[in-house]
Amino acid sequence: MNIVVIGWGGDGHAPSAAVRELLGGARRLAQQSGGQVIGAALGGAAKAATGMIEYGADRVLIVDHPALAELDAEAYAAAAHVVCDQAGDALVLVPGDRLGWEVAPRLAHRLAAGLVTDCLAVDWEGGRFVMTKPVYGGKAMAKLAARTATQVALVRARAMEPLEPQTGRAGDVEALNVNLSPGRVKLLERKQEETQGQVRLEDAPVVVSGGRGLGGPEPFRMLEEIAQLVGGAVGASLAAVDAGWISPQHQVGQTGKSVAPDLYIAVGISGASQHVAGMSNSKTIVAINKDPEAPIFRVAHIGVVGDYKEVLPAFVAELRKIKGA
Amino acid sequence: MHIAVCIKQILDPEISPRAFKIDPVRKAADPGTASLVIGPFDLNALEVAIQLKERHGGQVTALTLGSDKAKEALRRALAMGADQAVLIDETQVSAKEPSVTARVLAAAIRKLDPVDLVLTGRQSGEWDFGQVGALLAEELGMPFVPFVPRLDVAGNGLRLEREADGGVVVVEAPRPCVASVTNANDNVPRLPKVKDIMMANRKPITVYGPGELGLGAAEVGDEANRLEVLDLFIPEVKSECEFIEGEDGAEKGANLARKLVERKVI
Ligand SMILES: Cc1cc2nc3c(=O)[nH]c(=O)nc-3n(C[C@H](O)[C@H](O)[C@H](O)COP(=O)(O)OP(=O)(O)OC[C@H]3O[C@@H](n4cnc5c(N)ncnc54)[C@H](O)[C@@H]3O)c2cc1C
Ligand SMILES: Nc1ncnc2c1ncn2[C@@H]1O[C@H](COP(=O)(O)O)[C@@H](O)[C@H]1O
Repeated sequence: MNIVVIGWGGDGHAPSAAVRELLGGARRLAQQSGGQVIGAALGGAAKAATGMIEYGADRVLIVDHPALAELDAEAYAAAAHVVCDQAGDALVLVPGDRLGWEVAPRLAHRLAAGLVTDCLAVDWEGGRFVMTKPVYGGKAMAKLAARTATQVALVRARAMEPLEPQTGRAGDVEALNVNLSPGRVKLLERKQEETQGQVRLEDAPVVVSGGRGLGGPEPFRMLEEIAQLVGGAVGASLAAVDAGWISPQHQVGQTGKSVAPDLYIAVGISGASQHVAGMSNSKTIVAINKDPEAPIFRVAHIGVVGDYKEVLPAFVAELRKIKGA
Repeated sequence: MHIAVCIKQILDPEISPRAFKIDPVRKAADPGTASLVIGPFDLNALEVAIQLKERHGGQVTALTLGSDKAKEALRRALAMGADQAVLIDETQVSAKEPSVTARVLAAAIRKLDPVDLVLTGRQSGEWDFGQVGALLAEELGMPFVPFVPRLDVAGNGLRLEREADGGVVVVEAPRPCVASVTNANDNVPRLPKVKDIMMANRKPITVYGPGELGLGAAEVGDEANRLEVLDLFIPEVKSECEFIEGEDGAEKGANLARKLVERKVI
């Protein structure tokens, strides 16, 4: 069965990181399932069509159209649909970014295909594709298969590995002439995230996060101070965000940001699976919690059982000494 | 303004990993003693709808596809401020995945007074498919805006904020449309007062079966499901936590800083 990789974004010749990963995953799956890897180079990704061949596609179909200039999901779903129609029965891999979450269900609906979102793995088992996704906030994993011939998988970032590009790899590139109409949702304004001179949460080498256990907005000042000292950023649990102590852009977790810093410090956070889903890939995890039974200690590498009100000031003082600040 | 809000009753997502068990035969969570609640983002969606009604007038209809128990979720929605509640009885529906759920909810929404806006949560909070909103838009032929923390009326349409990669995007959509709601500090669900809870208990709940929605086995039977669950399991976590020693919190705090230096983390 053919495997279609839906591609958007990226700048210039190389496909985006997400698309490179999906092409690598598709190539490996195609070796087991048979069939071609067909890349869909949509909108700005048109320029990366030959790059998609180098990263593993056998064939690339381009759809470029002014309606694809903005990340307009209705137009992208229509464009992806055209490519899928050409590919016949196929497994369709969609990047798990915000646009993907919007396009994948619309595409699946138009193809009458089964869709599994948030895939951590897609495997070929017993003559079918098997998708693995976290459920119950990460407390469990489910393996699902589609009953439909054509099937769609929305794949989480970094779930698949890209291949080394092969310059000069041969493959057909064809531009499809498609008439698309722009979607009905109009973009008015794009607000970039304000980081107030601090590192972006996703890029920070150290993340210091606070939860409901902090009891109010003031203690977050202390977290900011620590973040400042070590060049990090401040994160938070959903509970702290809901309490209004800190703005939602700081939320780490399944429905917040995914971070993987060198050091993650969780203060007054219980370690609910939904929080852990967004930080468990951090290299070193430190938890400060007064409850020795808190689930956060199951994922932490270093634990401090204690009241943050006692622990943090001494920690900051010692940190200052060490840093000579 | 008529706003339809789709809510799902789920197993309390806050139960601790230790208390979480799986029923391997049904391939579903074993409810044990955990309570049933409304999905957290569905509560945010209800709050958004009720605030919109408070600003501009109109009515809010809460809908759920569920068992008789899901009436509790609808009563909660009524107590928060919804005006009508619709239960689609799942006894003769096999909704194991979102395509069936969306088909059923769309049929029920078509039966309501014309809607201006349909709200869902961004994801259910248990299987977290995150699909029903977009699928409803497809079923109903409406525009769709996902990941919406807040929205308001703008002329004949709506002005919505949506979370995007690296920031927030403001968009305009015509009415009617579908939006999926995400949490924000101004859509934290209100706690209904005792008086409102008592009132809600006296309000009627409309119940539909698939037949009344014009849906047969081909649309809502077992065969209609496009996905099959092969396995459900609890992944192993091996704990390797080193606990910092100390007489009191302060000593532990200082020791923590030294430990981080020793491990060359900072
Ligand atoms: C679908 C879904 C998605 C979700 N997405 C996210 C998400 O993206 N991110 C997220 O964070 N959550 C998310 N949640 C919520 C999650 O389930 C938890 O409710 C939340 O993470 C709890 O936050 P918390 O750990 O700060 O609060 P709590 O669970 O209340 O924990 C507070 C902790 O602080 C400790 N504590 C109290 N006082 C002190 C003190 N003085 N000193 C030290 N420790 C103290 C307590 O022992 C406790 O362990 C989601 C939930 C659902 C259902
Ligand atoms: N059985 C249901 N009844 C009513 N609404 C539902 C149901 N299932 C899902 N939804 C809505 O669709 C959203 C997304 O669900 P899902 O796609 O299953 O993650 C939920 O947050 C609800 O708003």
